[in-house]
Amino acid sequence: MIRALALVIAAMGTAGATGPAPTDFTLNTNCPPGFEKTGGVCELRTLYQFYDSLENRGLGGTRTSLPPHRDGFTPNQIDLGRYLFFDPVMSGDRTLSCASCHDPARGLSDGRPRSIGIHGEDAGRAAPTLWNVAFLKRFFWDARADSLEAQASGPLYSPKEMGNTPDQLLKSLNDNATYRRLFKEAFPQQRGPIAEQQVFTALTAFQTSLVSLNSRYDRYVHGYDAALSQREIEGLNVFRSFVARCSECHTPPLFTNEQIAVIGMPEPAGQPFDVGAEAILNSPKLKGGFKVPTLRNIARTAPYSHSGAFADLRGAVDFYNKGRGNAVPKGMTLYLHWHISDPKLTEAEVDRIVDFLGALTDETFLPQTPARVPSGLPPTKRGE
Amino acid sequence: MKKGLILGVLVAAVAFGAGTYFGRSGKQDLTISSSTSGASYSGGFKADAATKPEGVIRSVAGPAPTNIVVVKDGESIQAAIKAAPKGTIVRVMPGTYHETVYIDKDDIRIIGVIEEGRRPVLDGQKKLNDAILYSGNNFVAENLEIRNYKGNGIMGQAGNNFEIRNNVIAESGVYGIFPQLGQNGIVEHNVVSGIADAAIYIGMSDNILVAHNDVFDSVAGIEIENSRHAIVENNYVHNNSGGLLAFVTPGLPIKDTVDVIFRNNFVVGNNHPNFGAPGSTVSGIPAGTGILIMAADDVVVESNIISDNKVAGMIITDHANASNITADPESDPNSDRVKILDNVMLRNGYDTIPEAKALLLADGKVGRKNLDIVRVGPSPGSCIVNRHQYITAGVDDFAECDFTNTAATVNYLLPPVPPREIKPGERGKVVYLGICTGCHTYNGRMIGPPVQVIQALYMDNPQGLADFIAKPTKKRDDYPEMPPQDYLDPETRLAVAQYMLQVTN
Repeated sequence: MIRALALVIAAMGTAGATGPAPTDFTLNTNCPPGFEKTGGVCELRTLYQFYDSLENRGLGGTRTSLPPHRDGFTPNQIDLGRYLFFDPVMSGDRTLSCASCHDPARGLSDGRPRSIGIHGEDAGRAAPTLWNVAFLKRFFWDARADSLEAQASGPLYSPKEMGNTPDQLLKSLNDNATYRRLFKEAFPQQRGPIAEQQVFTALTAFQTSLVSLNSRYDRYVHGYDAALSQREIEGLNVFRSFVARCSECHTPPLFTNEQIAVIGMPEPAGQPFDVGAEAILNSPKLKGGFKVPTLRNIARTAPYSHSGAFADLRGAVDFYNKGRGNAVPKGMTLYLHWHISDPKLTEAEVDRIVDFLGALTDETFLPQTPARVPSGLPPTKRGE
Repeated sequence: MKKGLILGVLVAAVAFGAGTYFGRSGKQDLTISSSTSGASYSGGFKADAATKPEGVIRSVAGPAPTNIVVVKDGESIQAAIKAAPKGTIVRVMPGTYHETVYIDKDDIRIIGVIEEGRRPVLDGQKKLNDAILYSGNNFVAENLEIRNYKGNGIMGQAGNNFEIRNNVIAESGVYGIFPQLGQNGIVEHNVVSGIADAAIYIGMSDNILVAHNDVFDSVAGIEIENSRHAIVENNYVHNNSGGLLAFVTPGLPIKDTVDVIFRNNFVVGNNHPNFGAPGSTVSGIPAGTGILIMAADDVVVESNIISDNKVAGMIITDHANASNITADPESDPNSDRVKILDNVMLRNGYDTIPEAKALLLADGKVGRKNLDIVRVGPSPGSCIVNRHQYITAGVDDFAECDFTNTAATVNYLLPPVPPREIKPGERGKVVYLGICTGCHTYNGRMIGPPVQVIQALYMDNPQGLADFIAKPTKKRDDYPEMPPQDYLDPETRLAVAQYMLQVTN
């Protein structure tokens, strides 16, 4: 019986993702993993919805609810967003897709200290992971965008990143019969040519499906004590202790409180000092301030910091243990965050924090890279 | 910079204030009211009808569990907590315990047993970080002695309905007692001293009672920060650098402090040299401050005895005048609607800072040897009663309060909120969608086989499926072995099995 079933499954498998590409593009009518289709749209379901949080802010300790999030997109919109995300047609010279810098194989980041744009330029800052962006209210390292839709135009049109223009982007999509059809399916109410806002909506829909809440840490949270090793528990306790104070800003359950913090991390050799949020908010007190990044899947996204100053996780953690202001440029005044202190952790404690961060890895809902994309361009990464 | 809190901007304030006030005559009509008559405060937190308590709430953690375990000297408190099911009293006998205790489950009470004055002592030996970390709800800690930790004595992260009482905490790092991101808690009858920041720090929490504590020899006595609906009463707050604090600290995810009552406290001789860590907010408190209100709104100060604080009995300020405070465009930087009722203020401000003297001068108050209340920075909507009894700077434009007491406000506590009941079906669905769908789709091949295939195998046997997922065996050569889902409890496993067997897409 079981063997027969296995054969059936194998047959189904060949017809599915691993088999020959379908003759034409179709949009998925099912919601991605983790979502329930209700009234035609996809809504996220997670055990965290059984918990509460103070003022519904989604910040706290173990069994704390998540912040309000974006969902409610249709399966079609999410899947269209996936094609766009992986399609190099989105960039000015058709060499880069969103996935070039937000690569599923690299923690939805790119493994580089700073991203590299279409003409090989240094984009200046590191590509942040896209895991759990559905829960965020601020985007970019300097928090200059307040929605995923608003964020999208940044990399798409930056000459140092994807180097496209609104006109060229819309022209290449409208010139493509497949995209015209797929956009009609995803946005059946809309008339006329493909509009920029539809592109941003589809990209947003796809990105909100990138949810990572099934790590071993989460199992611990939901009541299974043995999910974490003794070392990881020790690390958790150092992480949330008031000596290390990591969780004061990297606050569970998302491991970010989404605030701007001035922590005085160094720039890599040769990189100019990055003033961060000061330039956005015109606030000298926020010179060198950056948005606190999530630590979920952090073990997957080396190197670290806004400009890749740290090659590995231990180096990043150890920075905080070297004392308040240890990398502030000479002669510069920074209003360092009050939690940046001089914790004097032991080497073992630093190691335990790194151990614990490894327990925040969960990529079970990793999106599937399409075998082909509507532009016909190879949906691959640069140089591969 | 120990006196950094009030700085530069004051020079401008003085210049401006001088022009405004110097010409005024010192004579003022007295408005005299009595706190034993007159209206009571009608603002503040109001419980909605559904949760409105009957009678005075003395306890918020719910009924005491009946399951009791005893930890003796030489044993581990953490080992007992790890083994305990939720809903356990862990009784700790006198002795010395060198450990960090963490509680990530609900309804755990750590209750020390005091025998002829001998308490259970948690001693961090200046090596361990925190004595107690809790994130569970309905947590209680009583009768413990905590000393020589480097981080905090007792720290909460998001636990609701907590009670921390009758503990002695000394020389234990940054905060003695620090509940954070919690709702509905009591901190009472604790003796806390020698703390490098706040002895008792309520951070980003709602509905709090801090009462009958003795806090001293610390940088800050009791601090209410980015919190709402807190009553701080009947505490003895002495020989700290600053006594009672109501702050909005910028850069925190919860942006305001609203509705705080400081009443019936002794705020005495808070002149301890400031030993706050460089860069910490409290390191900017001028040593000698009785009460400090910074950017907090609707703070009522009533019936305290505030004496012998050398800088001032009470300082009201904003973010702009605090030199070591960062910026936060989302926080209102001003202390709005401060309400100063009758207090006993004696011998404050006898050795104050130059900036405060300048403010006195700006009010045309020449030759004063003391200073009870000083306000710098905007404080719109504020009021005061019987202002003539205090030596003040910067509060002449406060209105007369339209109430004289807070007698109608007993406390802001809530009845213990019962845990939310989750029906097995609901839990089954969420576990299926949140976990199972990572590897299984209804009719396609993913990491695991299609749900349709699983349904064909187990349709009439949900328990069999529940048992399988707890301890899977490798069944198919062309699929990876399923990882065990034994972290889900048996009831949840059955619920998810039942749910999985009836899905249709």
